[in-house]
Amino acid sequence: MVGAAIQRRLTWQVAQVSAHVRDTPRCWRISLDVELGAWLPGQHIDVRLTASDGYQAQRSYSIASAPEERTLDLVVERLDDGEVSPYLTDELRAGDAIELRGPIGGYFVWQAGLGGPVQLIAGGSGVAPFLAMLEHHQAAGSDARLSLLYSARAEDDIIARERLDEHAQRAGVEIDITLTREAPDGWKGRIGRVDAAMLAEAVIPASEQPQVFVCGPTAFVEGVAEALVAQGHAPAVVKTERFGG
Amino acid sequence: MDHIAAHRLDGNAAAGRLEDVFAVEITSVRATCNGCGATAAVAELTVYADAPGTVIRCPSCEAVVMRLAQVPGSTWIDLRGARTLQIPLR
Ligand SMILES: Cc1cc2nc3c(=O)[nH]c(=O)nc-3n(C[C@H](O)[C@H](O)[C@H](O)COP(=O)(O)OP(=O)(O)OC[C@H]3O[C@@H](n4cnc5c(N)ncnc54)[C@H](O)[C@@H]3O)c2cc1C
Ligand SMILES: [Zn+2]
Repeated sequence: MVGAAIQRRLTWQVAQVSAHVRDTPRCWRISLDVELGAWLPGQHIDVRLTASDGYQAQRSYSIASAPEERTLDLVVERLDDGEVSPYLTDELRAGDAIELRGPIGGYFVWQAGLGGPVQLIAGGSGVAPFLAMLEHHQAAGSDARLSLLYSARAEDDIIARERLDEHAQRAGVEIDITLTREAPDGWKGRIGRVDAAMLAEAVIPASEQPQVFVCGPTAFVEGVAEALVAQGHAPAVVKTERFGG
Repeated sequence: MDHIAAHRLDGNAAAGRLEDVFAVEITSVRATCNGCGATAAVAELTVYADAPGTVIRCPSCEAVVMRLAQVPGSTWIDLRGARTLQIPLR
């Protein structure tokens, strides 16, 4: 069950960067070697940076790989005027060490034992925890229905595109991508922002009682959650995680 | 979107800081607001993490439920706004 691991106070530990790969124009996938024990899909870690004068900054990042995978992966979006993300995307290299604590969370978590149907709704880098859930769904051989509605700006901005295309071929998995800024000729997915009309059409209906997870920029998450509750989804089954912005 | 909304997070963002102190999975802990009596999971509370400390508010009435401040060598936690914390045992 969720959170079966023995709880202890979290402490900071050192992780080794094993891979650092640009995935989209604005997002990098960072793979870490670290002994955290098994994590749950949906959990996050906190990263801490320390300047030479002792000043520290910390931020949270979702774990984008499944517990069954070998590395703990993050997907970090570069915010041009950000304090922490440009360091993680531009300065950090494979072989470097960084400080982190985790895994954290037990509310915004899905694992095979919880069954389905499950509706995932992501804005931008908010897809990160759902990548872990999709990988876990496959590794665990889950037959739960899992449906992802994912909003990206343009085709180039789709994170983990190849893996999402592969997941879309699996029984029980639906991947529904909408592009908000520009769509190429011949684009077969959706176009436009996630609004009440799109949710009514694309989301597993409330009558089927899906567990719903919404993740991404704060305004995106709050708008989607409000519309879903208005469409009859019980507030308690609509779980949210706000990334800020 | 207003300045405040742009900086709004939820209890997931404060969980690492709280688990530095409490040895429980904190986002599933249910907190009852001392202001209005509403109960919510810590993950559902509203968090403003860019103040000098972290301010955690009730999603129903906006009252402060918890405040955290980290100073060198200690963490201060003000729980005046939490009537109860219900911690699931396993
Ligand atoms: C539980 C949790 C999980 C998270 N998981 C991820 C993840 O998997 N990947 C990821 O890239 N980020 C994630 N975030 C966001 C991340 O923690 C940082 O907030 C983000 O990287 C910005 O940090 P920064 O120091 O670069 O920018 P800051 O210096 O904090 O902010 C720079 C500017 O960008 C604005 N801003 C802050 N956050 C955002 C945002 N998310 N979108 C747009 N503008 C923003 C600020 O208002 C400010 O104007 C998560 C946040 C939380 C709470
Ligand atoms: Zn209240």
